[in-house]
Order: sequence, then structure tokens, then C-alpha cells
Amino acid sequence: MAITNLFLGTKVRLVVEDPQVEAKAWSQWLRNSEYMLLLDTDPPVLWSEKTLKDRIEKDLEESHEDVFYAMIRTLEEDRYIGFLAFFETFWNHGDAWVAIGLGEAEFWGKGYGSEAMQLALRYAFNELNFHRVTLGVFEYNQRAIRSYQKVGFVEEGRIRGEFLRQGKRWDMIFMGILREEWNNNNPFQPG
Amino acid sequence: MMMNELLCGKLVRLTVENPDVVVEHLSKWNRDSELARLEAARPATPYTKKQITEFVEKELLGDHPDLFFFMIRALQDDRILGETGLDGVEWNHGESFVGISIGEREFWGKGYGTDAMQVLLRYAFCELNLHRVSLTVFEYNPRAIRSYEKAGFKIEGRERNFLERGGKRWDMLYMGILRQEWQAQAQESE
Amino acid sequence: MDLKRSLFEEELICLAPIDPERDAEIEAKWTHDAEYLRLLKADIARPLSPAQVKKAYESIEKKVEEDKNLFYFTIRTRPDERLVGFAKLYAITWSHGTGMLQMGIGDAQDRKQGYGRQALSLLLRYAFDELNLYRLTALVPEYNRDALRFFEKAGFVIEVRRRQALNRDGRRWDLLHLGLLQEEWAQNGSLKIDEQGRQ
Repeated sequence: MAITNLFLGTKVRLVVEDPQVEAKAWSQWLRNSEYMLLLDTDPPVLWSEKTLKDRIEKDLEESHEDVFYAMIRTLEEDRYIGFLAFFETFWNHGDAWVAIGLGEAEFWGKGYGSEAMQLALRYAFNELNFHRVTLGVFEYNQRAIRSYQKVGFVEEGRIRGEFLRQGKRWDMIFMGILREEWNNNNPFQPG
Repeated sequence: MMMNELLCGKLVRLTVENPDVVVEHLSKWNRDSELARLEAARPATPYTKKQITEFVEKELLGDHPDLFFFMIRALQDDRILGETGLDGVEWNHGESFVGISIGEREFWGKGYGTDAMQVLLRYAFCELNLHRVSLTVFEYNPRAIRSYEKAGFKIEGRERNFLERGGKRWDMLYMGILRQEWQAQAQESE
Repeated sequence: MDLKRSLFEEELICLAPIDPERDAEIEAKWTHDAEYLRLLKADIARPLSPAQVKKAYESIEKKVEEDKNLFYFTIRTRPDERLVGFAKLYAITWSHGTGMLQMGIGDAQDRKQGYGRQALSLLLRYAFDELNLYRLTALVPEYNRDALRFFEKAGFVIEVRRRQALNRDGRRWDLLHLGLLQEEWAQNGSLKIDEQGRQ
């Protein structure tokens, strides 16, 4: 077994930061409505940095055991570009949800997100020892769907017309990846 | 000449009751969904006694200088038949909204509501010295609209398609009465 | 699905979060201008200290979080992020899709610069395209002729006239309710951009 640095890739690394650092980055990303409409079904709300920090601290206190949350930093410029999280963890079943978002739009479509997801899956399957990982993605987020498929996620179902935006109804798509599918299916193993 | 029986009308009187009395009646009327939908925009919701108690103690009977809440008692047998009040009094403008609800159905259509409204308006104009009183009413409640018109309120407009209920859209009407209009009406009916 | 057209950015201004440290002083100054307050709303015109404004900001964010029927934005010029006003959607009744709208440009020098018009355009899009509201109401005192023209140009219609509802400077004024339906906004107000991004 190689004792690799699980949190280090070739383009990005995963970092856990203090609430005020997180809040500062989020307060900027919130203002990019394209990002927020891809990420969240709630109408985007522009929280002040202070309120974000208070909420992050509160969340940390309440759900420490079941949530793994990290920020994504580029290796080259040491910039914060996004976040990654495991949540809704079912330890007894070995299943968790993953969420990822790159708040810095200039890093979209360049492999940063894919590498971060690969780091996440390696952590999930080799350290947390999950059996499977689940995620939700919006039907209109084609770039993300393609990126998840490349890594091995498979569509498992959809909630049809779950949400209404800009006068149209959109599906919420559920995708999943099993441990055995990841080992066989990933084209890129960092570290 | 001072009117000492300020809160007393021909058929009803307005009273301020203890919280448990208010809660008892509101809880009963809360279960009547027709009543709820005639009067309120928010979805008809069954509330627990605890929720109603909290609402009554904090809001209706709480320390609010812009809110006057009364129960309506029949003069004949002292039964409680409904509730009424002034809410959102804007003292600098001398304006307020008014609401009324006859929870006991057997008292509908017999003049009790009209009498209660007259008492409330007298209180608003002669004791609070307001200049005008407003109310909102839904277009699908014609009985109430007629009753308010009889009391002297004039329709001042409608917010179009404000409500969606039963798969259709309905307007919300605004009605208002000015002090001088009420005075003229009150004199007429003497 | 049009993702590229930002919900928060227009050419001259953007809708932005509250910056309690910087904004409180500026907003406190606005509240000392009685004309600003009286043009805006019926509430008693009353100046506030920066500390009181900061407290108000805290309760706004608390209400946004807990009641979920309020959306509040600051209006800031681009690119310097200077605070020029606020815009809010409030009293939202979700089951009926109805809500109210209010906005203000604090300093008279900043009015008639196009900031209000662009902020309104963003606010309407947020209300109708993102919150999926069915109709909006704006309250305007009859003596605020600029605001009446402003809303009517955007498609609002006078629906209610609360006669003599306001008492200011020893005389009475009507308070007007202006309304705009989503279908009216979609037809004449909004720029319709189809899924390929064509106008």
C-alpha cells in the first residue's frame, strides 16, 4: 500500500480552513449567479461575509462527525477556487453524498474539478471505505454531467420537473458510483 | 356629551378577555376551513393549542401600541360570537387596518357583524381619533363586501389576481372609510 | 436555460450583499434626509445612528433566514462597489405567488442616473424568473411623481388608491398600490432570450 498524500493532486489540493477564510471566498462566489444557479435550487441570496462566517461556525459545531468539508486550492497560484464535501453519511451502509463546486469560473472546463473529484473518490474508497457515492445534478448542467460520467458516475434516476426556473421545469438527476466501478473505470490516478 | 358606553352597540359589545378565553374560541374557529379561507390569504392551517396560545399571548394580547384586539359578545346572552380589531395603526397618519370575523355561524347574516363594525369604527374615530380606516376583502366573499358597503366603506381598488385558490385566481379588494364619511353615515342612522 | 445573463449584474450597478461595517455610516446619513424617507414610505421619518442601522441589518439577515419571505439587496455602482441604494422583495406569500417590492436611491445626486431603472430590471427578473412569483405590488405616496412615472414605465398599473391615508405637512395625501403581473412583465418588460442565447 502506497502511503500517498491523499489530499494532494497535480493541479489542486484539498484544504480545511478557518470559517473566516471560507466565508470570504463564499461571499464572492455567491455573487456569480451563473455559479449559484448551477449549484443550488434555492434562489441565490447575497449573504454578508459576517453572516456566512457565523453560519459556518454553527454548522461545524452541529455536524462535525458526519460531514467532511474541504476547500480546493490550486497548486500553482495557491488560489481558492472551490469546495468539496461529503455529507448525508450512512456509516453503517457505507454510502455518502458528494458535492463539488468551483466558484471561480475561470477554472471551469480545465480539469481542476475532475481532479478534485478524483481525490474525493480516492479518499472515499481508500480511507473512508465507502461502498458507493451518490450525487445530485441539475439536468441543465451538462458540463458537470459529462465530467461525472468520465469519472465513472452512472445516472440512477431522476425527479422529473422537480424545480421551476425561468418559466421552465427541470429534472434533478441522481448519479452514483460503486467502489468496484471506480477502480476499474478511472483513467487518471494522481499521487 | 361623553359616550361612556363606548364599546357597546345595539346587538353586541366588544370586550378584552383573558388569554385562555381567547385561545378557547380561536382554537374552535381555526378548525373551520371555510372561515379561514374567507378571511386569510395564508393557507388554511390547523394550529395546535400551544401555537395559538403563543400567538395570543405574544401578539394579540401582547404589548403593541399599534394593535387593538377585541372579542365580540352578544348583548342578549353574553355569548362570544367572534373577534375584531384594529391592526397596524399609523399614529402619525391617523390610519389603521380593521379586521372582523364571526366565528359562530349561527350569527351570520343577522346584523351582528355590522353592529360590531359600527362599534369598532366609533372607537377608531371618536377615541383613537383616526382619520381613516382601511380593510381588505377577497372578491369571492360578496357577503362581507356588501356588509362593509352598508357600514360606509368604499371600494378603493383591487390587487388583481392576488390569490390562487381552488385552481383559480382572485382579486383582493381594498376598501376605506374616511372619518367625515362615517360621521355623515352615523348621523343619518340616528 | 439562460445562465450567462447574471441575476445580479447590470451595466452601471449590481445587486450586492450588505457590508455592515461600510454601509451603516452611509445609510445612517440617508436617514437624516427626511425627503428621502418621506418619498420612500409611510413610516414615520426618523433618523438612525450607524449602530442602529447595523442592528437593523442584523435583523434583516435574521428575517431572511428564518421567515423566508424577504429578499434584500444593496445597490452598488460598478466597478467601485459604492453603495447607492437598496432593493427588496418582501411580504411574499408563497402559496399565492404574491410579493411586494421596495427600492430607494439614498442620495439625491445618485438619482436619475439610470441606477434605479437597472436595479428594478434585475429585481423584476429575480422575482419572476427565479422566485417564480405571480404578481408584485409597490406602494407609492401620490406626491412621489417620479416614482409613479418610474414604475408605470416598467409596466406597473395603479390598482388601489387609499384616499387620504397619509398626513404630512398639515395636509392629506393618497397612498397608491401599483401592481405588475408576471405575464405582463414577460410580454413587454423583459428581454426574452431563448435557450441558445439569442434575443
